Amino acid sequence: MKPRVHAWLVNGALVACTALVLFPLFWMLSVSFMQPGEANNLPPPMLPLHPTLANYRELFAHAGMGRYFANSLIISTSITLLSLACNTLAGYAFAKLRFAGREKTFGVLIGALVIPAQVAMLPLFLLLKYAGLINSYWAVILPAMASVFGIFLVRQYARGIPGELLEAARVDGAGELRIFIQVVLPLMKPILVTLAVFTFLVAWNDFMWPLIALTGQQHYTLPVGLASLSREHVQDSGLMMAGAVVTVIPVLALFLALQRYYLRGLLLGSVKG
Amino acid sequence: MNRNAAAWLFLAPALLVLGVFFLLPVLAGLGLSLTDYDLYALADFRNLRFVGLANYWDLLHRPLFWAALGHTLYFVIVGVPLSMLASLGTALLLNASAARFKPFFRTALFAPVVTTVVAVAVIWRYLFNTQFGVVNFVLTHLGIPPIDWLGDPHWAMPMIMLFAVWKNFGYNMIILLAGLQAIPTDLYEAARIDGASAWRQFRHITLPALTPILLMVGILTVSGYFQLFAEPYVITEGGPLQSTVSVLYLMYDQGFKWWNMGTASAVAFLLFLVMFAATALMWRFGEGRENLA
Repeated sequence: MKPRVHAWLVNGALVACTALVLFPLFWMLSVSFMQPGEANNLPPPMLPLHPTLANYRELFAHAGMGRYFANSLIISTSITLLSLACNTLAGYAFAKLRFAGREKTFGVLIGALVIPAQVAMLPLFLLLKYAGLINSYWAVILPAMASVFGIFLVRQYARGIPGELLEAARVDGAGELRIFIQVVLPLMKPILVTLAVFTFLVAWNDFMWPLIALTGQQHYTLPVGLASLSREHVQDSGLMMAGAVVTVIPVLALFLALQRYYLRGLLLGSVKG
Repeated sequence: MNRNAAAWLFLAPALLVLGVFFLLPVLAGLGLSLTDYDLYALADFRNLRFVGLANYWDLLHRPLFWAALGHTLYFVIVGVPLSMLASLGTALLLNASAARFKPFFRTALFAPVVTTVVAVAVIWRYLFNTQFGVVNFVLTHLGIPPIDWLGDPHWAMPMIMLFAVWKNFGYNMIILLAGLQAIPTDLYEAARIDGASAWRQFRHITLPALTPILLMVGILTVSGYFQLFAEPYVITEGGPLQSTVSVLYLMYDQGFKWWNMGTASAVAFLLFLVMFAATALMWRFGEGRENLA
C-alpha cells in the first residue's frame, strides 16, 4: 500500500472512531440547551434553535439538583482526603518498614481483590443500619476510607524511595512519624495527586452502594438523584440531558486538567506484582 | 518507638477500615446466606432462622435465577470480546506511525471512561428511544426499519452491550497502547526487510508480545462485566420482560426491594463462585498458551 493512502486510512479511521465516541456527549450538551419539547421532534435537531438555560433552571429550582451536587461534593471530597491518609500510611509501611507478618498481611489484601464488593453489601447495610448510620454521609464515606488498590498504588511508588535516605534520618534520631511527614510525603507528591484524582472520580461516579445506603432524598448523590429523576421524567429529554451534563462535567474537567496523573495511575495499577 | 509497633500503627487505620467494612461483612454474608433473614427478621431479630443451604437450593430451582445468570453470561461472552476488539483496534490505530494528533485522539477516545455511568446511561436511553432517538433516525435513513431497542426483549441486551463497549473500551486501550509502545521497533524493522506483510507482522510479532497483557486485561474485564447492574437499572429497569435482569440486579431486587437478605446473600455468593471459576479458567487456559509460545 502507498504510504499516503495508508496515512489517510489510519487518520480517517481515527477521526471516524472519535466522532462516533464523542457524539453522545456532544448530543447531551446540545439537547440540554433546547426548549422543552424541542428534543422530541423528528428529525432530531442537531443544535438548539433557540438556546435556553430553562432546563438547568428547572433542575436547580425544582428538582433538587443543587442539593445532590452539594452531597456529591461533600462525600467525594471526604472520601478522597480520608482514604488518601489511610492508604498512604499503609502503602508506605508495606513498602519501606520491616515488620513481622508483612508479606502475609499484604498477600491477604491482594487476595481479597478477587472478592467482588457486592458480596459485602448486604451485611454492610445491616451493620450500618444497627449502628444508625444508614442514610447519612458516613454510610458512604466509612467503607471507602481505605482501598486495596490505593494501598497497592502507594506501595509500588514508595518502593522507589532510597532506603539510605530513611536510615540517615533514623541515625539523626528522627521518629518514624516525623520521617514519614518530613521525608517521605514530599517525595510522594506525584502519586498522591494520582491517587486523589482516581479516588475522587470513583467516589463521584459510584452508584450501587450510595443507592442502597442513602435512602432519603436529602442525602442523594448526583448519580442516585439523577437515576431517580430519570424514572419520573422519562419523556423530558432536555431536563435529563441537563442533569447528565451537571453530573459529568465536573469529572470530565478534573480528568482533562490532571490527565497525566490519572493515566499514570491507570498504568501503574494494571501492572500487578 | 519500636519499629515493629510503628509499622502496625501506620497500618492500623487502613486495616481497621478494610477489616470492619469489607472482610467482616464478607464473612457475615456467608452466614447470612444460610439464614432466612427477611423483613420479619429486620423488624425483630428473634424471627431469624438458620436454614442451611436452603437458599442456594431454592435459587438453583428458580427459573429467574438461571435467566439472570444467562443474561449476565450473554453480556460477558459477547460484550468482553467486542470491548477488547475495540480497545485493540483503537490502540493499533493510535500506535501507527502515520497517526497524527495522537494526544488529542487518545484523550477523546478515553473520555467515556471517566464519565458517570448513570449520566451516560440516561443519554443512551434517549439515543435509543424508539420514537425520537437518533439511532433509529439514522437506521431509517439507511433503509433499515426502526428497532424497538427498549421494548423488544431481543434487542435490549445488545443495546446495553453497545453501551458498555462505548463506556469501557478506552480503559484497556490505554493499557494495550502502552504494551504496543514497549515492543522494540527493530523487530518490525527486521520483519520488513524479510518482506513480511503487515498481517504477518501483527500475527507473529505484535500478538505474541501482547499476549500476557491481553490475558490480564481480559480477566479484569470479565470480572468487571460480571458486575453488570447500573446499566439495566437506569436504561431498562431490568425489562422488557425481565430480559436485562442481571445477577446483581436480582440480588438488589431480592435484598433491597423485597428484603429477602438471606436469599440475596446467596445470590451474591453464587455470583462470586461463577466469577471465580471463569477467571481461574482463563488463567489456566492463558498460562498453557503462554508456555506453548
